[in-house]
Amino acid sequence: MTAVLDVRGLGYVLQGRGTGEGGRALVEDVSFSVAAGETLVLLGRSGSGKTTTLKLINRLLEPSDGEISIAGRQARSVEPYRLRRGIGYVIQDVGLLPHMTVEQNVGLVPRLECWATDRIRARVRELLALVGLAPDQFAERRPHELSGGQRQRVGVARALAVDPPLLLLDEPFGALDPITRAELQREFKGLEGRLGKAMVFVTHDVREGFLLGTRIGLMQAGRLVFLGTVEEFRRSTHPEVRAFLEAAA
Amino acid sequence: MSLVRFYLSNSREVLGLLGQHVLLVLVSTAIAVAIGVPVGILLTRRPSWRRPVLGLANVFQTIPSLALFGFLIPLPFLGGIGARTAIVALVVYALLPIVRNTYTGIVGIDPAIREAGRGMGMTDGELLRLVELPLAAAVILAGIRVATVVGVGTATIAAAIGAGGLGVYIFRGVAVVDDRLILAGALPAALLALAADGLLGLVERRFAWR
Repeated sequence: MTAVLDVRGLGYVLQGRGTGEGGRALVEDVSFSVAAGETLVLLGRSGSGKTTTLKLINRLLEPSDGEISIAGRQARSVEPYRLRRGIGYVIQDVGLLPHMTVEQNVGLVPRLECWATDRIRARVRELLALVGLAPDQFAERRPHELSGGQRQRVGVARALAVDPPLLLLDEPFGALDPITRAELQREFKGLEGRLGKAMVFVTHDVREGFLLGTRIGLMQAGRLVFLGTVEEFRRSTHPEVRAFLEAAA
Repeated sequence: MSLVRFYLSNSREVLGLLGQHVLLVLVSTAIAVAIGVPVGILLTRRPSWRRPVLGLANVFQTIPSLALFGFLIPLPFLGGIGARTAIVALVVYALLPIVRNTYTGIVGIDPAIREAGRGMGMTDGELLRLVELPLAAAVILAGIRVATVVGVGTATIAAAIGAGGLGVYIFRGVAVVDDRLILAGALPAALLALAADGLLGLVERRFAWR
C-alpha cells in the first residue's frame, strides 16, 4: 500500500515582529504518511498546530522545512493552485461562497478545470445525492438558505468534485449542534469506507477522532507527540494523551 | 405653468441640453469607472499605496468645482474650452468614491472566504473574478452611484466653460435674474440625479447577497 500523502520533517516558522530571534516555530519536525482508504485524525488543543499543518500540506502556508509528497509528487515542485485543485479541502462553516448556488459551489473546481457544462451538471447531481441532499431540491439554493448540517454536506460534496486522492478536513463538524453533528459523523463514517480516499481530519474532539480515525496523531506545541492506532492511543502513557483521554471520559 | 410653456416653446433646445448633460455624466462616469475600479483593486494588492492614492483623490475632491474648471482651461491636451475639459474635471470628482468603495468593498470580504477560494485552487485572477468582485459588487456600485449623482450636479457648472448641459439655463438665469430660467435648468438636473440614484440603487440591490 503506497502512501498518498507523505510528510517528512515538516516545519513552519513564523517570522515577524514580536516573534524573537529567528521567529517562532508553529510546527516543528512533523512526519507522517497517509495511505488510500486511511483517515489520519490530527488531535490537539487550540493553537497546537493542527490547522497550520493542514495549510502547509496544501500550501496556503509555505513550509519553512521538510518535504511533502502527494500521490508520489513533490508538493514543492507543483504550482500551488494546481496542487490545491488535486486536494479536497473542507473547512468549518464559512467555506461556501455566499453568492453562488449550491450547484455552482459544488461545481466550482470542475469549472476552474474547464469541464464541459453537461459533465459538471451530472457530477454535481451525483455528488449531492452521495452526501444525502436531493439534487432537485437543493441545487438552486444559496448557502444562507441551508442549515448548518446541509452546508457541511455541500462542503464535503465540493471537496470531492474532481475526485482527488487526498482530502483535508479542518473541523468540518465543529460548528454544528450535537445531534446534527452525530448524524453527519455517522454518515461520514459510511462515506470513508466507500470512497477509499486518504484523509487528514483535524479536530479537538477525541470521540470524533476515535469514531472516524484509522490512526490518531496528537499534536502539542507544534510537534506530533503521538502517532498510532486508536487502541495504541488508549494505552499510551504520554501525559498529553492521558489529558485528552481524561477530558473525554 | 409658465415653466411648462417655456419647455413647450423651447423643447428642441431643452432636449439638446438635457442630452448634452446626460452625455457629460455618462462619459465621465464611464471613464472614472474604467480608471477607478482597477486602481481600487491595485490598492488591495499594494496596501502601502492606499494612503497616498486615497489622500490625493481626497485633495482633488476638496477643490471647488468652479475653480477646477478654471484651472484646467489653460492646460494643453486636457484643457481648453468645451466638453473635453468638463469631462476631465468630472472624472477627477468621480474617482474618489469609486476607488474608495472598490478598495473597501474587497478588503471588507471575510478573509476566510478568500482563503476558501484559494484553498480550492483559484489563481489570483480567478479569485478576483469569481469571488472578490461579485462579493464587493454592491459596495462598488454604491460608489458609482454616489459618483453619478454628484456628477449630475457638478455637470451644471460645466456650462461655465462652454461645455453645454442644463447649466446653460442656470447661468443664463443668474445673469439676467430670471427665476424661471434658473428653474428650467435646475429642475430637470435634480430629476436626473434622482432618476440616476433610483436606477443604480435597483442595480445595487440585485448584487446584495444574503
